[in-house]
Amino acid sequence: MKLKSLALTAALVAGTVGTLLAPSLAQAQAKEQFFPLLVYRTGPYAPNGTPWANGKQDYIKYVNATGGINGVKITYEECETGYATDKGVECYERLKGRPGVTLFDPQATGITFALTDKVPTDKIPLITLGYGLSASQDGSVFKWNFPLMGSYWTAADILVQHIGKKEGGMDKLKGKKIALVYHDSPFGKEPIPLLQERAKQNGFELSLIPVTAPGVEQKSAWLQVRQSRPDYVMLWGWGVMNSTALKEAVATGYPREKMYGVWWAGAEPDVKDVGANAKGYNALALNTSGTEPKVIQEILKQVHDKGQGTGPKEEVGSVLYTRGVIIQMLGVEAVKRAQERFGKGKVMTGEQVRWGMENLALDQKKLDSLGFSGVLRPVSTSCQDHMGSTWARVHTWDGAKWGGMSDWYQADEQIIKPMVKVAAEKYAGEKKLTRRDAADCSM
Amino acid sequence: MFYRENGQFKSSYRADQQIFPIAQDRIAILVLLLVAFIVVPLGVSDYWMRAILTPFLILSLAALGLNILVGYCGQISLGTGAFMAVGAYAAYNFQVRIDGMPLIASLLLGGLCATFIGVLFGIPSLRIKGLYLAVATLAAQFFTDWAFLRIQWFTNNSSSGSVSVAGLNVFGVPIESPVQKYLFCLVFVVVFALLAKNLVRSAIGREWMAMRDMDVAAAVIGIRPVYAKLTAFAVSSFIVGVAGALWGFIHLGAWEPAAFSIDRSFQLLFMVIIGGLGSIMGSFFGAAFIVLLPLFLNQLPGWLGFSISTALASHLETMIFGALIVFFLIVEPHGLARLWSTGKEKLRLWPFPH
Repeated sequence: MKLKSLALTAALVAGTVGTLLAPSLAQAQAKEQFFPLLVYRTGPYAPNGTPWANGKQDYIKYVNATGGINGVKITYEECETGYATDKGVECYERLKGRPGVTLFDPQATGITFALTDKVPTDKIPLITLGYGLSASQDGSVFKWNFPLMGSYWTAADILVQHIGKKEGGMDKLKGKKIALVYHDSPFGKEPIPLLQERAKQNGFELSLIPVTAPGVEQKSAWLQVRQSRPDYVMLWGWGVMNSTALKEAVATGYPREKMYGVWWAGAEPDVKDVGANAKGYNALALNTSGTEPKVIQEILKQVHDKGQGTGPKEEVGSVLYTRGVIIQMLGVEAVKRAQERFGKGKVMTGEQVRWGMENLALDQKKLDSLGFSGVLRPVSTSCQDHMGSTWARVHTWDGAKWGGMSDWYQADEQIIKPMVKVAAEKYAGEKKLTRRDAADCSM
Repeated sequence: MFYRENGQFKSSYRADQQIFPIAQDRIAILVLLLVAFIVVPLGVSDYWMRAILTPFLILSLAALGLNILVGYCGQISLGTGAFMAVGAYAAYNFQVRIDGMPLIASLLLGGLCATFIGVLFGIPSLRIKGLYLAVATLAAQFFTDWAFLRIQWFTNNSSSGSVSVAGLNVFGVPIESPVQKYLFCLVFVVVFALLAKNLVRSAIGREWMAMRDMDVAAAVIGIRPVYAKLTAFAVSSFIVGVAGALWGFIHLGAWEPAAFSIDRSFQLLFMVIIGGLGSIMGSFFGAAFIVLLPLFLNQLPGWLGFSISTALASHLETMIFGALIVFFLIVEPHGLARLWSTGKEKLRLWPFPH
């Protein structure tokens, strides 16, 4: 009975505290640019989500340490999504109303889909660097989406080009068998239309092998690989799926040299567990890794050496960490660009940041001055093109580190452009949207 | 003192059979409804409305549906997520394939499709029960996961497998703002809760409970097990299907099968167990517990002035949440609804307990 009354009290207390939950946060109206950070540091995608999130935070700290964005301090708050769409939507709703909110980087394709419908009404840009909706490259339909630096279509296209080059010419692809081992979710399915188009044009045979999320169970998928012995395997995985796939490849005896991962399957956490056994495995690289770039050195000096680093120091400069830094840099540069037009030293609204994002002009000189020389290629966006750059390279795991960067490839416009147009048209039709006119582009 | 039924006499069967026999309860419910329909839309922030109250309402509805099956008829089901998914995808297909399909009609038709699938996967319940049935309904979960991931037709040939809806409206009124979405869900929940409450008090509800308590005895006194069990599956999956359609259409807007994964089934089962098996009220308590508590636990360290890392906060949330579930199940296995009714009993006797 005593326990029961205890439970009753507990329930009552929980109820009262619950009512106090109402927004009691002091709304600090300062001159601050607020970056909501959607992250996943737990769950099956945590090994990859963590360095990414750390890189983003460290870059913010670095910018703040060097005086902010033309004097405007950056604030941020993390919200754990666990890669789940409903949690991501909750995080978005929680953080979107903060003063000075800049942009969202949902870090998950599923969340991107859900937020794409919400951002036009809230007027907050969505940055989806290297993931998300491939069709959202078309800025005249997707006004608020920015798949900067590449989408899954450009990724798939570059992989096919690279394999073609390996074979000694795109015509040599005829009759070859390529298997796509993919995460069975929107993320994994995005490249399929492009690969089907390429298969038609280049005459290779494409077999699709889905792996149920999160991807720890892949026995049947690799049984299929073993039976059909494809000439190449493309790996479209994320988180635990990648290392599992490599282990299965070792167990199946599939040569790792013939495996090509997307850029989300080409970081340290993916190959670390497999180590030397993964030697020869290739993956796309959106960016370099290592501590050589000047910006990484600066972060080490300004943030980590002062004991303010977010993650472990050894992780600084790893592939996904660097990508986090790049994403944050592009966000900050978009704010800077917007300030050039709407007033230096002011806090930019979501709408103004969107303009900045749409008019990014990061040439080599600018990148060099930011300390990003060699890390990525110049990015310049426009009203029509929300991607800004479709260049990527392929790197190889030598058993201990990523290296052996290939030349830069650019996705084939002749294939990508019509596909983007058709897909964007379909989207606009479903949502009954009209394309933006020239006047809308200039504002 | 104030909560006593002294002097409230009933002089007709009608009066004796009403849902809330005590006048104070009737007033309380009326006030609650007024608050829910008028005060909340006026006074609550958009974040609360959109990210907490709307999901709470939809999940309450789903828990209500599951409670009919598990709490009232005793058929344990792990396929709730599947029936939600069927409701959502079916409603989506009605919406995109039939021009000018009214929103409410497509939601209800989605529920009907879920009913069909629910009855189909309920057929094994005629032969097997308990844990074995739970495993059989798990098949429904895996089957729908597979179907919606692989069969392109269901997703209207969406290349990524993700579907989305837009431009929702009811009789020309758009369902876009948080208030509209909240009220839309609220109407559904109130209507369905009322229907469910009356259903479980009726003859069919008594048949379900007889089935739950002892199926052999129930069969002996003339209850047809086939009819009782399959109607429970039908009614339950209908409500769950509508809830699934609301989850996809109103809450998420765009979804993939992962939104209705096995985790969702477990979550709903926990809601029903914690809220109270065999109680309409309990479904709401359970949903509130599961929706609100993690958010609260997640924010608590921040309010108390601790700055802990996101990962630690998330782990702590899971741990405390698990511990609380165990605590409640030990202390009150009949769930929060039982605590509620114990509280009410105490109030009726207060201040002279015996």
